Amino acid sequence: MAKMTLEALRALREEKKSALNKRDVEGKTAQIVVGMGTCGIAAGAKGALDGFLAAIDEYKLDNVAVTQTGCMGLCYVEPTVEVIVEGMPNVIYGKVDAEVAKKIVKDHVMHKQMVSEHVFDRPAADIFNGGGK
Amino acid sequence: MHESICDFLLDIIQNAIEARSSVITIIVEDTSDSFTCKVIDNGKGMSESELERIRDPFYTDGVKHTKRKVGLGIPFLEQAVSMSDGDSSIESVKGEGTTITFSFPFDHIDTPPIGNIPSTFFAAMTYPGDFEMHIHYAISRDSGADGYELHRNELIDILGDLSMSQSLILLRDFIRSQDEDLEELRKNR
Repeated sequence: MAKMTLEALRALREEKKSALNKRDVEGKTAQIVVGMGTCGIAAGAKGALDGFLAAIDEYKLDNVAVTQTGCMGLCYVEPTVEVIVEGMPNVIYGKVDAEVAKKIVKDHVMHKQMVSEHVFDRPAADIFNGGGK
Repeated sequence: MHESICDFLLDIIQNAIEARSSVITIIVEDTSDSFTCKVIDNGKGMSESELERIRDPFYTDGVKHTKRKVGLGIPFLEQAVSMSDGDSSIESVKGEGTTITFSFPFDHIDTPPIGNIPSTFFAAMTYPGDFEMHIHYAISRDSGADGYELHRNELIDILGDLSMSQSLILLRDFIRSQDEDLEELRKNR
């Protein structure tokens, strides 16, 4: 490795700062939680995560947080992703790849329209809050 | 435990920080024959009588470590230097600061190994506290010479708070990248 200059260090810092900002949930109106359990990773969750990050960069969204979690218990439809958007019910999408990730960002996060063919479940928290109905 | 020259260096740097220095300058010269370190601080300094006492094992001013009584840094350093026919000197003026210099010859069997230089600089830079630290490292061999400088406030200005894990990773990588090119030169003693 060649000697890193202070300018290169500064650029790297800015790059990392932007990546960290995407993980910060504070003050964001939408949150995308990617299931990165072993089952999710084996099914390609890393591709989905990269797809979300790329789409957020492409559409220049600064109000969306992307975080990771473990297995959501829906291993049969991995990779799974929970999408939490203000004014919409929390939704778990299944079989999400980079292409679906982009569609979720565009339709669900930006235009508040669910991507019906990939909706698999609502989070357990909703079920408990609703008394199991 | 002091197993390498870098362990001694880090101990001396820690002393300088704990002496409430606002500026600490560390000069390390790695030549074909010897490894020399100089730590200059502008901390509280020591009087003549204190200077005499720091050579006593287990003497400490009782301020730095209130719950444990240590004070072996300087005695261990002087013992190691004496065993390997090296040199050391301590100059201090009360209220103005202290300068400690020590040098180990490479051709003596009792000279400790150098240790990990980039890790030592990383540890020194990341001690908590508000102080400036300048590190100058120079290596010279028959085949050539090289070196680098690190300035703590300059790096904090770029990286922000050095207690954040992201900043620490970048700082570690930066120091390693400065040091990696010197590895070949270092081996050619």
